[in-house]
This record gives sequence, structure tokens and C-alpha cells, in this order.
Amino acid sequence: MIILKTEDITAGYTEIDILHDVHIRVRSGEIVSVIGPNGAGKSTLLKTIFGILKPRNGNVTFRHEDITGLKPDRIVRKGISYVPQVDNVFPSLTIQENLEMGAFIRNDDYSQRLDEVYDLFPVLRERKKQKVGQLSGGQRQMVAMGRALMLDPQVLLLDEPSAGLAPVLVSMIFEKIKEINATGVAMIIVEQNARGALKMAHHGYVLAMGRNVLDDKGEALLANEEVARLYLGG
Amino acid sequence: MAELFIYGIVLGSIISLGAIGLTLVYGIIRFANFAHGDFLTAGAYIALFMVTGVLSWIGIPDSNFGSLSFGWRMAIAFPFSMLAVGCVAIVLDRVLYRKLRRKASGAVIFAMSSLGAAFIIRMIIFILWGADSLFYRPGILRPALELPLGIKIRPDQILILLLVVFLITLLHFFLQNTKMGKAMRATADNMELALISGIDTERIIIWTWGIGGALAAAGGILYGIDVQLHPHMGWNFLIPLFAATILGSIGNMYGALIGGLTIGVAQQVSTAFLLPTYKPAVAFIIMILILLIRPQGIFGGRS
Repeated sequence: MIILKTEDITAGYTEIDILHDVHIRVRSGEIVSVIGPNGAGKSTLLKTIFGILKPRNGNVTFRHEDITGLKPDRIVRKGISYVPQVDNVFPSLTIQENLEMGAFIRNDDYSQRLDEVYDLFPVLRERKKQKVGQLSGGQRQMVAMGRALMLDPQVLLLDEPSAGLAPVLVSMIFEKIKEINATGVAMIIVEQNARGALKMAHHGYVLAMGRNVLDDKGEALLANEEVARLYLGG
Repeated sequence: MAELFIYGIVLGSIISLGAIGLTLVYGIIRFANFAHGDFLTAGAYIALFMVTGVLSWIGIPDSNFGSLSFGWRMAIAFPFSMLAVGCVAIVLDRVLYRKLRRKASGAVIFAMSSLGAAFIIRMIIFILWGADSLFYRPGILRPALELPLGIKIRPDQILILLLVVFLITLLHFFLQNTKMGKAMRATADNMELALISGIDTERIIIWTWGIGGALAAAGGILYGIDVQLHPHMGWNFLIPLFAATILGSIGNMYGALIGGLTIGVAQQVSTAFLLPTYKPAVAFIIMILILLIRPQGIFGGRS
């Protein structure tokens, strides 16, 4: 079943369109990776899906419901969570408080969910009273993902989860992404690390200059010579 | 000297109440509210209106608590005035500042608008109460207690300190332990991420104004009890408030508390060497020095 799709999305900032007629489909439980050179509009696509940017044209559909133009605080209630690339934690709050803020809209007892997130990232449990501003980049990324998972979303939008991390941490974060996906969470991952992103993807999209260039199964894109030459660095 | 220090703590605790509100509002909305001083004035005069007007009219007795200079009337007027000024601050945000936010107005527009709001509040007070200094209880003898080291302190001043400690403890508990308080800190950290997390940031802004206004009102009333009421009292507090806020790093509530106490003590102790009329200049000089030497303040994590 297609859980989330965009059709003919044209969007951008004042006066300048970054995306032109972009379409993308996510089936439930699937990892979709979006790759492409800098400035291809990958992050803009996530912001548009999540309602931070309003598309000039086209629409976003989540579980047969048109969510185009809804504000982020409405969209998060529908079951989509978003992890921005930068500024994705509350630095002066503790780890535990960051996770609590992820569950802000829940009025039920979410202690079980909190346990699950700590089980996924045990290092966060050990330091739950520590302020997030004092953590390393990899741990911050875990807090950011943990915050987004508190609502038990059906779709998780990840913007460059590996950006700025040391190689050993990159593979750790990618492992965590696979673990999260194994619990049934569908994802759209935007990545500079195209090879790593396509390896774990069920489906991949290549964007360039704000337009769809190619889309195929993850391994098919990895095997595609043109994709390899243009986007995977040879 | 020890006595001046104690008086400085009393004055500083009042400055802290104003500075904490100023810094909370700045932390969330990123703008320096020049009308904040006049929230203190409004609080003091609303309490005066209650004490000498409404409450005496409905027959609340005019007796004092022990050796304090006020009684039940003030005990009722105090929280009422906090609530009222909290509402004034929220209304001001809804009718003025929110519109500027929606238009993404620049810092200068915000500064000028809040200056305008400050004038409006002050002029209303001039019109209603005139330009004279007023007292909650005129002409009362206020016997001081003799403490060791030759320190004289009035019972009122001890109560002021206790009340400030109580209010700040309450605020600390609210910010650290309640869902709304945590969301306020989260919004101050990163408003966009708060929105992404589903936090209704407009509601947070309303809470922030309400708390800021209420604390300012408390500061104004306590100053009125300690010294006197005057339509310019809050305006004169504006420089000390900003000095305290900047000293303690803008946006940092605990910094504003320390900053307020420091400014209060510096102002009072300076009267041992300077004419009391130079007190505002002392705050101003401290502010300039911080801006030159350490503009991010003593707790400056945030730039």
C-alpha cells in the first residue's frame, strides 16, 4: 500500500522554485532514499512534505488524505515525524526532556515508548539527565531520531542523518535506521552518502536540479552505471 | 556597608523579578520589550487601585500584618495585580506584537512599537493618578529591626526577600517539572523544532507574556511597598533591567536572577561614594562594560 506520495510538487522560497513537478511514492514499511547532488532540492522536498514550505503546485497525500499545506504541528499529529539536518535537538534540555518534547502532543502514558526508544539507543538511557548540548555529534543524532520516534510515527523523514559524522558513526546510524525500519516505520531518507543510502533502501529516487531524474529499486540504482558515474563517485 | 549590601539585595531581588520576565520574553520571541519597565508601574498602580479603592470600598479591613506596613488588602491586591498585568501583557502581544511577528518586522520596528506601548501605559497612569509620588500607606512610621553589624532592616524588606524567593522557586519548579514549563524552555532553545514536535508555540508565547507580566507586576508592587509609587518608576527601572538581563546572558532566567542581584547591590553600595541620583548611571555603566568586555554575559553560551 502506498502510504505517502507527492504529485507534481513545485515548491521553493520566495520567487525561486527549487522543486519542479517532483513525484515520490512511499509504500508502508519501506525505506525510500532520495539522492542527488548538492542543491538538487532534496531537503526542500522533505520540508514541503512536512508543511514547513507550502508548495506552489502539486499535492502531498498521506494515507489517502490530502495534507498539502497543513502546518507542521498538524502533520505531526497525522503520524509523520521529521528530523531536520541541523538544529534537530533542544541543546539546553536533557536527553530525557528532549524525548518528552517529542511526545508533547501525547496525553497518554508513554513510558513504554520511552523504554523502547532507550532500548534502541542504550547510550541515551545511561545519560538521560545530561544536557544534549554537551553530547557528541553521533549522540545528538540519536537524540534527534529518538525525539521523532516518540510519537510512534508511520513515516519518518530523515534529512542527512549521516552529515558531519565520522565513518564509524555513519555505519552505526545506518544500522539504527535499519532497526527502526524493521519495526515497521516507513522512511524517506535524504542523503549525501548516496551509496550507503541506496544500500539500505527498498526504493531510491535520483533528483537533479529539482527534478526527478530516475527512480528504481535500491540495488538497481546501485548497479546502474550512469548513476554510479554521476552520483556515486565512480 | 553591610547595610547597603542588604539594601542592594532587596533592590536587586526586585530588579530580578523584572529582568526574569524580560529575559523569558526575549528567549522565546527574540525581541527586547521596552514596555517591560512600565509593566512594573502598571502592577504597582493596579495594586494601589485595589488597596485604596475597590478593597476599602467593599469593606476589607485596613489592619496590618504584625509589624508590616500592609495587611489583607495588599494580600488580595498582590495576586490580583499580577494576574491583571499578565493579561495586559498578553493583550499587548495579541493586538500588537503578534501582528508584527506575522509581518516578520525588523528589530527596530519592534523596539519602536514597544517604546510606543510603554508611553501609552505610562500616560494612562499619569492621567488616572497624576504625577505625584504616592504610597500604599502614607505617613506611617516604619520601625526598623536592629540586626548584628549595625544593620537596620524593616520587616517589609524581609518579606520582600521572602516573596521574591518564593516566586522564583515557583517559577523554577514550573520550568523544570511541568510539561508546559519544559515546552517553554524547548521553544526558547529552538522554536522551529518545537513546532516540528507539535508544540503549539503561540500558546507558549501567551504563557511567556503572562508570566513575564505577572512577575513585573510583583516587582512593581514590592518596590512601591519598599519605596514609593511614581508613574516613572518602571521606566527608571528599564536600564537596570536590561543591565541585569545582559549581565546574566539574554534568555537565561538564572542569569537574570544573578544579574539583578548584582546590579541592585552595585547601585546601593555606590551610594556610599556617589550621590544617590547617580544610581541609574551605575547600572548604565555596568551595562556598557559588559557589552564591551563580554557581550554574551556571564553565562554566555548563546550568542
